[in-house]
Amino acid sequence: MDKFQLEMRDISIEFPGVKALKGANFKTSGGIIHALVGANGAGKSTLMKVLSGVYTHWEGTILINGEEHNIRTVKDSKDRGIEIVYQEVDVALIPYLSVAENIMLDQMVMNHEGKQFVNWHEVRRKAGEILKKLKVDIPVNVNVENLSLAQKQMVLIARALSRDCKLLIMDEPTAPLSQAETEELFKVIRDLKAAGVGVVFITHRLPEIFQICDEITIMRDGRFITSMKVQDTSEKEVIEYMLGRSFEEIFPKCQTEIGEVCFEAKNLSDEKMIKDVSIYARKGEIVGIAGLVGAGKTELCKALFGAIPLKTGEIYLNGKKLSIQQPYMAVSQGLALVPEERRKEGVLIDEPVHTNLTLPSIKSFVKRGFIDFIKEYQVSRKMISDLNIVTPSEFQKVAFLSGGNQQKVVVGKWLIADAEVYIFDEPTKGVDVGAKKDIFELIGNLVCEGKTVIYASSEIPEILGITDRVYVMYDGKISKELVTSETTEDEILYYSAGGKN
Amino acid sequence: MSKQVKDGEARAIKRFDLFDFLYKYGTLFTIVIIVVFFSITTDGRFISPANIINILRAMSITTVIATGITISLVVGGFDLSVGSVASMTMALSIAMFVWYEQNIVVSILVALIVAGIIGFLNSVLIIRFKIPDMLATLAAMFIFNGVSTTFSKGKIISQNMIMEDGSVSTGLIPASFRSLGQVPVIIIVMAALVIIVHIFLTYTKHGRYMYVVGGNAEAARLSGVKVDKYRRIAYIMAAILAGIGGILLAARIGQSNPSAGAGYLMESVAAAFIGFSVAGVGKPNAIGTFVGALLMVALSNGLVMKSVPYYSMDIIKGAVLVLALGITYYKQKR
Repeated sequence: MDKFQLEMRDISIEFPGVKALKGANFKTSGGIIHALVGANGAGKSTLMKVLSGVYTHWEGTILINGEEHNIRTVKDSKDRGIEIVYQEVDVALIPYLSVAENIMLDQMVMNHEGKQFVNWHEVRRKAGEILKKLKVDIPVNVNVENLSLAQKQMVLIARALSRDCKLLIMDEPTAPLSQAETEELFKVIRDLKAAGVGVVFITHRLPEIFQICDEITIMRDGRFITSMKVQDTSEKEVIEYMLGRSFEEIFPKCQTEIGEVCFEAKNLSDEKMIKDVSIYARKGEIVGIAGLVGAGKTELCKALFGAIPLKTGEIYLNGKKLSIQQPYMAVSQGLALVPEERRKEGVLIDEPVHTNLTLPSIKSFVKRGFIDFIKEYQVSRKMISDLNIVTPSEFQKVAFLSGGNQQKVVVGKWLIADAEVYIFDEPTKGVDVGAKKDIFELIGNLVCEGKTVIYASSEIPEILGITDRVYVMYDGKISKELVTSETTEDEILYYSAGGKN
Repeated sequence: MSKQVKDGEARAIKRFDLFDFLYKYGTLFTIVIIVVFFSITTDGRFISPANIINILRAMSITTVIATGITISLVVGGFDLSVGSVASMTMALSIAMFVWYEQNIVVSILVALIVAGIIGFLNSVLIIRFKIPDMLATLAAMFIFNGVSTTFSKGKIISQNMIMEDGSVSTGLIPASFRSLGQVPVIIIVMAALVIIVHIFLTYTKHGRYMYVVGGNAEAARLSGVKVDKYRRIAYIMAAILAGIGGILLAARIGQSNPSAGAGYLMESVAAAFIGFSVAGVGKPNAIGTFVGALLMVALSNGLVMKSVPYYSMDIIKGAVLVLALGITYYKQKR
């Protein structure tokens, strides 16, 4: 069998106000893992969507095995063996159907003409077979809503493989995964490569590219910038191509005096995910919470904020015991949470930027019972320029902002609310390098002003780069407290994985 | 990511801005067409001052009830019990006069308090017991329709009615109460309520919170909004507005007919949903709801003038509803 060859030439697509792709090129073939990188808004996702038949109005040429193919519908694309696994896995899955049904969905939809009955036994058997081929252990009868994110992703990959897949596009597949889960995924990807499947791998995590990819294509502003063999380049070079300028320090650190203990949590338990956790944080300090996905970091962050009910435990702010049963109580005490699920929990997608920015502090904009819009807009505009939020105006819907800018909006709303203790839960998830740097700078500025920051992340380099002290979580407990400057990635990883002293 | 959203949005607008225009102004456009059409075909009778007042009067009860639904929609809910609440306050306010010989203040107050309690009970079902909004208020719709007909023993309550024991009731419905249902008071009440609700939703922090809760309750909660409190207030306000609708209906007719409020439910729902699209707001809003009610009632009025038989009118009303909503939703989700 000939190797699968794909070439996209001079692809352009326009949306009102935005020229998303300006003559982009892309070329790859079977048996190759091809990284596609670029800052948010560079057009990676759009280009891959063109390839998977989401749009009808693009211009340019797509050649598959040297022949021109006019891909205008998803079916066109799937019939050519092109499958895509989107970043937001929940969108593509039907939560209340079983794993087997979700995996075989395409088959059941596309290959069922003329049939009226579903052979459930066959559906389950085939689904089980694909999962076995992927060497993942997910029961086929469970409803998808009960799976973890990583498992859901595997279901989607399995679905892609349920048909004759020649090219698998993965849009930021590792973003929600823990290290172990990422390793699992890479194993699967390597197997696919060995089987001659081409893989397009969109990611913001550059180290992964060097770990698994063979070739790399870099995009910027809807254009093709360059393409090369991964072995011939370096992380630094890739970043420079992505940003179009050289990139200095990744973790800008603001040196500041660390004050006295300001925030303290004692013996927190929710009898599920949080088991007897005690932590403290000082003024001007960035306290990291490291741990693998599922270690209970998110639960802890939410519990500190009153968003998850606690069974036991006490929380103190400046020596005063707080009663936090609901988030609004935490907010009124000067706590702020930047939650992990930005789109679901952080921003109001359909509301304009100003509404998002002033949400926690709208009380302070009320004059004689009415909202003072002029003041609201002014303060919003100032925050937009202070944080460098890229938006045409404060009236833009947040949905139209890039991930990094949405995150800045989430941080900005707490800045306007003038919170004292900032709890960040995976703030760089799905955020590109440039915006990541802005966010780190922002956090640095916070502590310079004497605020307290709690920074939860499963990205150990970030923890090492930005925090002063770090708690490592494992299975809902704090397994180790470390001083960042005296620790290493290996040590954190050791305790994250349940290592003992 | 952001790109995807942008794309989705962009793709819909792409097929020229005619659809964008229609989305924004389609509802108003439809009203203009209706007005022009009926004005021409009735030799101007349709836009005579008398008929305009007639339309405003006829739409007032629907508008008030629909404003209540609008508030429930704002917090991301849906109150189906408004019709029953209206029946309830209709029966109560008249019974207060006729059976218990109370004055106008007491009558109205009792009716509104009961409406508020029903709204509170709705909110308990929805917030405490976590029953989905539509199902909870559907159940409440049945219950309180039943309660109101049981209260009135399934009969019309009116002045000088024959009581259970064979005597004739002596309570009178005061003229001041009747005037609530007459022009101009009923139109003024409607306009005042629409404006008050509009100001509340748009210019106060409470309104802002309600929209935010409706937009993304979890994000709102994590930003420190008392989500449950605002959902509760919304349902109580919805019920009280529906209750006012019922009182206006009682004042207008001067008696209480069993389940009379139920007839206003569907037209109010239609008005509130048409209201989404007015001027491209894309959200439930009081002014839009007013325009929605205007559309529905102006159409009925015109059809009556054109002597379309009453039994066929719903066909045209439904078709216009499809048109108005189609313009709104054609754009979304593409």
